[in-house]
Amino acid sequence: MKFVTAIIKPFKLDEVREALSAIGVQGITVTEVKGFGRQKGHTELYRGAEYVVDFLPKVKIEAAIKDEQLDQVIEAIEKSASTGKIGDGKIFVFDVEQVIRIRTGETGTDAL
Amino acid sequence: MKRVFALLALVGAVAFGSPAWAEEKAAAPVAAAAEAAPAGMAGMAAAAPAAVAEAAAPAPAAAPVPPNKGDNAWVMISAALVILMSIPGLALFYGGLVRTKNMLSVLMQVFVTFSLISVLWVVYGYSAAFTEGNEFFGVLDKMFLKGVTVESVAATFSKGVNISELAYVVFQGAFAAITCGLIVGAFAERAKFAAILVFMVIWFTLSYIPMAHMVWYWAGPDAYIDAAAGEAAGKTAGFLFQKGALDFAGGTVVHINAAIAGLVGAYMVGKRTGLGNVAMAPHSLTFTMIGASLLWFGWFGFNAGSALEASGAAALAMVNTWVATSAAALSWMFAEWILKGKPSMLGAASGAVAGLVAITPAAGFVGIMGAIVIGLIAGVICLWGVNGLKKMLGADDSLDVFGVHGVGGILGAILTGVFADPALGGTGVYDYVANAVAPYDMTAQVISQLWGVGTVVVWSGVVSLVTFKLVDIVIGLRVPEEEEREGLDLTSHGESAYHH
Repeated sequence: MKFVTAIIKPFKLDEVREALSAIGVQGITVTEVKGFGRQKGHTELYRGAEYVVDFLPKVKIEAAIKDEQLDQVIEAIEKSASTGKIGDGKIFVFDVEQVIRIRTGETGTDAL
Repeated sequence: MKRVFALLALVGAVAFGSPAWAEEKAAAPVAAAAEAAPAGMAGMAAAAPAAVAEAAAPAPAAAPVPPNKGDNAWVMISAALVILMSIPGLALFYGGLVRTKNMLSVLMQVFVTFSLISVLWVVYGYSAAFTEGNEFFGVLDKMFLKGVTVESVAATFSKGVNISELAYVVFQGAFAAITCGLIVGAFAERAKFAAILVFMVIWFTLSYIPMAHMVWYWAGPDAYIDAAAGEAAGKTAGFLFQKGALDFAGGTVVHINAAIAGLVGAYMVGKRTGLGNVAMAPHSLTFTMIGASLLWFGWFGFNAGSALEASGAAALAMVNTWVATSAAALSWMFAEWILKGKPSMLGAASGAVAGLVAITPAAGFVGIMGAIVIGLIAGVICLWGVNGLKKMLGADDSLDVFGVHGVGGILGAILTGVFADPALGGTGVYDYVANAVAPYDMTAQVISQLWGVGTVVVWSGVVSLVTFKLVDIVIGLRVPEEEEREGLDLTSHGESAYHH
């Protein structure tokens, strides 16, 4: 099993969710986050006072999936989250040791 | 505990000590006060020509003219509009400009200052400002509104036209309350709540009341029966009224007065911790826009209500308040667009407030074109006020009370002298003795206006300096640094504006 974390542009969230549903991903967790990368921040100007905003808002998506889904999931996120401009985000992939569904006690791929 | 006692002692000294200064002056004049409360707003200086030496006593007034219902309705609605300006208008305008952690503290400061001054206004404020005393203070005969009944009337700007004195009391009270509320923007995000309240009590008593008396107190138009009576009545008016300074709705009394107190406060309280290193960007320009719009809406009561009658003069003030504000919003925005690259919402909202401030003293005196010019100039000059001038002054005036209200107020006061000229489309100054518009001398009028500006700058400056010093010694002006970092919402009030 794999755990996929993707940092994407906030306005791309709906497209990514649709793309993942289309390939059979059962559930995702979404968090609003802030951070910086190569895109850096920007400056804001209020009545002549300049403020550098270092952290830009992004959305973090997390999904646990079967090993064989991985390539499809990566491809789906890559396509749906891309604008071709700096700041589109990144995808991280981890191995998952165990998954447990709390309600039934099912484990492993059955719990996904 | 000690501090609480010290605080109570201080408040007591001011509240109950204040009768002392007024009573000294009280002695003589009471007799002259006819049933009609002598009162007036704009400095419609009765340009009484140098005249007759034989001081014939004014004929005793017959039974006062009952209030005009239409005018009454307008003044009461206007009073409510001015209250809308303060809460929620001013509170939201300021609140949006601070950081999330201080939002509630600003709302609270404006809300409670408003409530505090409202109570003080009926206890002694109205009496000390709007009764016949000397040139600077009235007397305390109407403390707790003694003798002000549903039958009492206050003068307007037309002979033989009165409004209910109680309507005048609430209208003027709302002015006093918003003036004090304006000051808190200058030391937002760091001042101690108790210090603000004590400062307000003292400053209101020693700066707002005398300024209101100096600019607005006069015997009312009915006293100007002939040259001699006019001259006698003129001598009972406030100091700046006698100087002929024009201030239709409170450019000097409200805006310059509050702005100077704010500037002195910003120096005395000191800069916010982390200024220049920590981002202090406004947390909600949405609230600031709503606040600015409520200010604009309420300002129709502030300016057009200051005509005290539902008259053509009120309509003129209303149109001027409308277009000068629009012109200033545009000029600030375009200047910012050219100089900084982008037209901003905060710029447009700030420009609108600058325009409102600048047109305040002029509202009922200048023509529409004059108002547009005043607005256009105010937008650009106040943009400089919050940038170039602010850097020169070096004070951390958090929400630019001086840059907008001080600069805009001074500009408006001077330009009132220019554009009130009938040759430039203004109304000129009405002579209640001749019952006609008096010949206009622009230079003389601008000098009168400068008298007004100079007096309020010095008066408010000195009172503010002494008061802040006193409050600093007794309770301290600012919160400890950790509390400031954590935010005043939680540390001063135990609440947060937002839960998310």
